[in-house]
Amino acid sequence: MCLGVPGKIIEIYEVYGMRMGKADFGGLTKEICLAYVPEVELGDYTIVHVGFAITRLDEQSAQESLALFRQMRSLAEELGMAEVPLGQEMRG
Amino acid sequence: MSNAINIEAWSCPLPLRDHANIILGHGGGGKLSAELVQHLFLPAFQNELLAHLGDSAVLPLAGGRLAFSTDSFVVQPLFFPGGNIGDLAINGTVNDVAMSGAQPLFLSAGFILEEGMAMERLGVIAQTMGAAARRAGVLLVTGDTKVVDRGHGDGVYINTSGLGLIAADVNIAPHLARPGDVVILSGAIGLHGIAVMSVRAGLDFDTVIESDSAPLNGLVATMLETTTQIHVLRDPTRGGVASALNEIAKASQVGITLDERKLPVPAAVHAACELLGLDPLYVANEGKLLAIVPASVAEALLAKMQQHPLGRQATIIGQVTARHPGMVVARTGLGGTRVVEMYVGEQLPRIC
Amino acid sequence: MKYLDEFRDPDLARRLLDEIDAITTRPWAIMEVCGGQTHSIIRNGIDQLLPKQIELIHGPGCPVCVTPLAMIDKALAIAAMPGVIFCSFGDMLRVPGSAKDLFQVKSAGGDVRIVYSPLDALKLAQQHPDRQVVFFGIGFETTAPANAMTIFQAKRLGLQNFSMLISHVLVPPAIAAIMESPAHRVQAFLAAGHVCSVMGYWQYQPLVERYQVPIVVTGFEPLDVLEGIRLAVQQLEEGRAELENAYARAAHYAGNGVAQALLADVFEVTDRPWRGIGSIPQSGWQLRPAYHAFDAEIRFAVAHIHTHESPVCRSGDVLQGWIKPNACPAFGKACTPRTPLGATMVSSEGACAAYYQYGRFIQSDELLPQDSVTRG
Repeated sequence: MCLGVPGKIIEIYEVYGMRMGKADFGGLTKEICLAYVPEVELGDYTIVHVGFAITRLDEQSAQESLALFRQMRSLAEELGMAEVPLGQEMRG
Repeated sequence: MSNAINIEAWSCPLPLRDHANIILGHGGGGKLSAELVQHLFLPAFQNELLAHLGDSAVLPLAGGRLAFSTDSFVVQPLFFPGGNIGDLAINGTVNDVAMSGAQPLFLSAGFILEEGMAMERLGVIAQTMGAAARRAGVLLVTGDTKVVDRGHGDGVYINTSGLGLIAADVNIAPHLARPGDVVILSGAIGLHGIAVMSVRAGLDFDTVIESDSAPLNGLVATMLETTTQIHVLRDPTRGGVASALNEIAKASQVGITLDERKLPVPAAVHAACELLGLDPLYVANEGKLLAIVPASVAEALLAKMQQHPLGRQATIIGQVTARHPGMVVARTGLGGTRVVEMYVGEQLPRIC
Repeated sequence: MKYLDEFRDPDLARRLLDEIDAITTRPWAIMEVCGGQTHSIIRNGIDQLLPKQIELIHGPGCPVCVTPLAMIDKALAIAAMPGVIFCSFGDMLRVPGSAKDLFQVKSAGGDVRIVYSPLDALKLAQQHPDRQVVFFGIGFETTAPANAMTIFQAKRLGLQNFSMLISHVLVPPAIAAIMESPAHRVQAFLAAGHVCSVMGYWQYQPLVERYQVPIVVTGFEPLDVLEGIRLAVQQLEEGRAELENAYARAAHYAGNGVAQALLADVFEVTDRPWRGIGSIPQSGWQLRPAYHAFDAEIRFAVAHIHTHESPVCRSGDVLQGWIKPNACPAFGKACTPRTPLGATMVSSEGACAAYYQYGRFIQSDELLPQDSVTRG
């Protein structure tokens, strides 16, 4: 249902009156439909699902999330160790 | 998640009952293919030399041992980035023979041509085969050609068989992996499968990813110069690294652990797999090999491989263990584990 | 790849896992709705890395698992018709209908093709004016905009040889149905991130309030899934029931207005049977009368299709989290990935298939003593 991959918009044009474009997925380019993201501009990133961009990716939100995760302390830091010993690495 | 499971009850005794006809999955390199061999062909052909089910058969003859292999090539499309069916037809069989540790010498080629196929295309394929044979140092010494009605042959099908000589001190077979052994992969995975998929309608990309089709006998010869203590060699074609390792794990009755972080995946293959929901471990390769060797010779062998043009990115990707025999388990990037199961048919692109 | 690699960072995953470990004091059962989330969890081994008290229940958010049997049988019937090119996403090809699957139809001579996008099927229709091209339009709200645009274009182009077999399902009614059933065990939901990219997540507020259950909009990469779980556990530990968004970079409260407008034009809500669960009212989409010319169910005579569900299969109970796969009497015996009775065993992220693989691993590990070679 939800395999959506981030792609960077590198070209925008029209086919049969539909807004289309080329997205760059980490070096691989493919044509996708941009009809649902009229606000997207060259250089923006979008989530692409079955050949359609369904939303623009918000860089600021992404950075905020990552910053939040970085603030969390790991068990290793809590214990003052370089690494957690084997055996505690995998639970369950 | 603790389970009380009765292993005995799991396998279906006569699975072929489920299919009155051949389906595509029977050619996928996964469980259906294995069952077709086990339950239809093996019982019909019953003999000891076949039973080991290696990439090539090792035949005792007066004075030495021969490796003998056959393979059929039905790839669609016939021409893809990086090569054509002719490259596969030569390199595929050269590699199967080389996986027994043999020096490939002679090949046969049988063609089934579709009525109406363009002569020029066949000419290019033939030229390609000649060039590939010369590159591999093998001779195409016999062949056959048949033509079938239009609509029955997809252009051309090619079968090649190959013969090679195995040196006396070499003993390589799928059932010889041992706990403590190390798993070496000769280079980056996923190129051929994605190259072929990328020109199929509906799955095409703009970026060109080329097949890695190549003859591995030179690399194998170099490896054997370093050490004869190579237990298993396998080229991970249909079904990818995952299927090849599963087959070895079952044949040797050992477990294999992989470290996913060590897998060399080119960026474009990675991106294509993300887009299609594919796992690179299951994507076909045509110019790579897996070597299972004792830990004591691994480093030296790896260094030697990395000096060879086809082994520059050779790396250790896993180990053989006595635990979970017959099963391949991977350590994920996160430090979790997942079972790398053999697919039933072929791996399919997904949206989910 | 940007926006992927950062959200797979093992160090940050470790921090999130440790944080979840630190705040978990009691057992909790959390359902991830989307099949893509299930796939990510199994693929990355997240379920084993979480504290033992957290149980992840794999939800019905996989179109492979819930497409009604009758719909699969109709697809098989259409695909077998001469002159038809039947196009589908790869996911659906191995799903068993009453008697067979699309692979077997192909083997018997049907022209069945895998496509990446419904627009590829549209292109095929333009390239083959003499053939009837039919696309299997399954999926949740994430996929519906693609299908809607394709139908819209087909109408604009005046194509006579293109149609879709529509079987769209909606997430919020499924969540309600799960919470309504007396035997449910779900205490919090990870809502499907890309469904919310399209539809927004305002629809979940009434569910949070009616059922007093935490719902966290969650993405798919390992850090996204872990963050969703962290917020859900935090709510449960603190006795809160709120709607939160853990996928802010791709999902917003109102969703995609342009997509929603076209969806409203092309589709209307209908009751839908969910395979293994039964009919859930107002839980699906079908084509509006203005687009009936492109409805494959109407164009092809498939109304007479009868369905025979395996009486043994308990996919529905598994999908709703009532039972674990190995509690089903057919699990591992009559039903294996090789011979699936229901979709949860066919789909690689179906709960039954996942259990089958991992369960074997656990079992065999217990059979042999640990040896020192393999750790790490």
